[in-house]
Amino acid sequence: MLSYIIKRFIGAWPTLLILITLAFFMMRAAPGGPFDTEKTLPPEIQANLDRKYHLDEPLYQQYLRYLGDLLQGDFGPSFQYKDYTVNELIATGFPVSLRLGASAILIAFVVGGAIGTFAALRQNSATDYSVMAAAMTGISIPNFVMAPLLILVFAVYLKWLPAGGWQDGAFRNTVLPIIALSLPQIAYISRLMRGSMIEVLRSNYIRTARAKGLPQRTVLLRHALRPALLPVISFLGPATAAVITGSVVIEQIFGIPGLGRYFVQGALNRDYTLVMGVVVFYGILIIVFNFLVDLVYALLDPKIRY
Amino acid sequence: MSSELRASGATRAFIAALAASVLYCASAAAVAAPPAGTELAVEQVLRRGNGAEAQTLDPHKAEGVPSSHVMRDLFEGLTSEAPNGDIVPGVAESWVLSEDGTVYTFRLRRDAKWSNGDPVTAHDFVFGLRRSVAPDTGSKYSQILAPILNAEAVISGAKPPEALGVRALDDHTLEITLNAPTPYLLGLLNHSSTYPLHAASVREHGERFSRPGNLVSNGAYKLKDWVVQSNIEVERNPHYWNNANTTIDRVIFYPIEDQSTELKRYRAGELDWTDELPNNQFGWIRENLGDALVISPWIGTYYYGFNLTRPPFKDNPKLRRALSMAIDREILTGKVTQFGEIPAYGWVPPGISHYESCTLDYGGWPREKRLAEARRLYQEAGYSKANPLVTEIRYNTQENHKKIAIAVAAMWKQNLGVRASLLNEEWKVFLENRKQKQVTQVFRAGWIGDYNDPYTFAELMLSNHGLNDPGYRNPEYDALLEQAARTVDKAQRMKLLHEAECMMLDDHPTAPIYFYVTKRMIRPTLGGYESNIMDHHYSKNFYMLAR
Repeated sequence: MLSYIIKRFIGAWPTLLILITLAFFMMRAAPGGPFDTEKTLPPEIQANLDRKYHLDEPLYQQYLRYLGDLLQGDFGPSFQYKDYTVNELIATGFPVSLRLGASAILIAFVVGGAIGTFAALRQNSATDYSVMAAAMTGISIPNFVMAPLLILVFAVYLKWLPAGGWQDGAFRNTVLPIIALSLPQIAYISRLMRGSMIEVLRSNYIRTARAKGLPQRTVLLRHALRPALLPVISFLGPATAAVITGSVVIEQIFGIPGLGRYFVQGALNRDYTLVMGVVVFYGILIIVFNFLVDLVYALLDPKIRY
Repeated sequence: MSSELRASGATRAFIAALAASVLYCASAAAVAAPPAGTELAVEQVLRRGNGAEAQTLDPHKAEGVPSSHVMRDLFEGLTSEAPNGDIVPGVAESWVLSEDGTVYTFRLRRDAKWSNGDPVTAHDFVFGLRRSVAPDTGSKYSQILAPILNAEAVISGAKPPEALGVRALDDHTLEITLNAPTPYLLGLLNHSSTYPLHAASVREHGERFSRPGNLVSNGAYKLKDWVVQSNIEVERNPHYWNNANTTIDRVIFYPIEDQSTELKRYRAGELDWTDELPNNQFGWIRENLGDALVISPWIGTYYYGFNLTRPPFKDNPKLRRALSMAIDREILTGKVTQFGEIPAYGWVPPGISHYESCTLDYGGWPREKRLAEARRLYQEAGYSKANPLVTEIRYNTQENHKKIAIAVAAMWKQNLGVRASLLNEEWKVFLENRKQKQVTQVFRAGWIGDYNDPYTFAELMLSNHGLNDPGYRNPEYDALLEQAARTVDKAQRMKLLHEAECMMLDDHPTAPIYFYVTKRMIRPTLGGYESNIMDHHYSKNFYMLAR
């Protein structure tokens, strides 16, 4: 196990380096720069700004300079939000996105798993079909349609919840965004869970457990759940990625100061440092998360040994 | 002093009368206080949707409308604006202009204070103005200060900031020396690039001086909190010289870019003011929220530019005029944009103080006559059904621009037989291509004026102006503008600018489409709101009525 962990750790660095290099050069390849706006700058001031931010240096030199700063943990100043550094923006934005994303995944996992199991136990009944149909709707309706609908119903008409804003993380402000983020994932997970649970329930060892006279609850929770979870766990990797990218839309619609918006806004503004910072940050996050998922595999399935 | 610059006796008297009338306005245009007897809300908090996130709260680096809204509440310049847009005294309570019109001497209020209690002095203005033109600051609006002596030399780095023609005669007297008489200078002095700065806190905090907790400002409000992408909150500045007349205690600006979302938050009661409105919901809004709907002219022009440096529009005024005539502007504003935009047959929007905008001759023609003339010109330019014009309309990605481009292409096809393809590009790419003039033919553009004077539009068509995307080069036009810049007599100057505008319009480097309007929700319980053409609003003039 230890050697496995070390191997994964060493393998992460080249991945990260390739990611940084690709992102860096792709960003610079796009036409237009961070200081291009409708109002043109006098050439002397443009030259001044370029010098200040090292944009006048040859590209490979800027790249090496950036790597050097990265190793010291400095993501650089933001070109667009001139009063803030990228470190500060990520430090304030990440906890927000994390709270939303983690809550959404957790809810999706628990609720989706429960719904999927529920449907599996009543396989091919009317309940099963209606639950799966609802799940299908959840998968098909995109985020940016669902979110405004939720706002309209719960905030504008019923006035139960706020229509947007963060208010420093007040609980009321998190309800709708988390629901909007988690709904598509609940749908996916419930279908996955149902399928995998049905298969597990057919296996020989489950039949043995039932034959031994164990109550249904014990059969489910002790014997069936863990193997049934395997496909769901492997889905968590892409699910997290989806939640991260989905958060761009949700954060925009609900006005939430998270990291997702910096991704898109930064690219559109050619805010090189901000985009690089968010890309590197998310890259590390996904690498770490995938690694943790693989470890959980080993916990769940005794047949998997590293 | 050359004889041209020595003002005649009549002009001297005129200038003296001008100064006197300004002082009169100073006393008359006091800050609007709520009329006696109005029932005010207990909580005086204004919640405003503010469009995109403000990029910075450093007044000399700020650009874009969202940050200017916040800055107007945080800072005050030498002059300020009344709710209807007239120039009124700000930190300067009075001023005197020298005989030749090149030296302004401002007397500052003695009770003007910063938000930390320090007095606002002339030295703060000198510090601010020098910083604004210093190349190191990298201000995008330093050109606004070009009329000041040596400003351009400092901006280009040829002279140090200390050479700028501003000096503090004493703590409360500021002298500004100009290159030449500049009649619109007072209007420039409430722009954020001319705001004073508290030198001590800038020196102490360096780059972080504009953060909450650090920022010292001299306006009616001070910065309380700034959560990027969430909100900017400002609260009452008790040291402001006119604080007694400020009713609103706190203003919260929310950066909401999606207009549909902004409207929903308004409907849910979370906003009192939206920055914009979604175009496709006009009918519904007018029917259901009509009492809160406020539409008013804005100092901006939406137009299609022709690239005059390449075929097919190079050296082809007849073709350009034909294409411009073939656009049905009434249909565009009535059916496409729908919010009461004004069809434009001119360049400078109507409503600028003391200026009569020029109108193209076919502005009043009946449609049939206009189209017949357009077809005739199109043929004279060498095109016909067998040989149609093939061109492209380029615009930056946005729903509204797309709709207008589709409509215009259809009009050109139907009325003239032109085959126009549409090309949309992402904003920065679009800007780059438009500026380079290598690939553009017809392109969409819009310009919002920076100050309340026709020159902010006129200068765009100067031969060497950075924003002259059509590539219009007319030495006669340049000469007229230069002559106007040196004319002291206000009425004469406006006449020259008018003449230049008409000349330029006839050459058709552009096809004007419509004049902008601001369209927003203003909650009926917000009192004191007055529309003005610059769309400059100061929260200190508002008050919240009891619901």
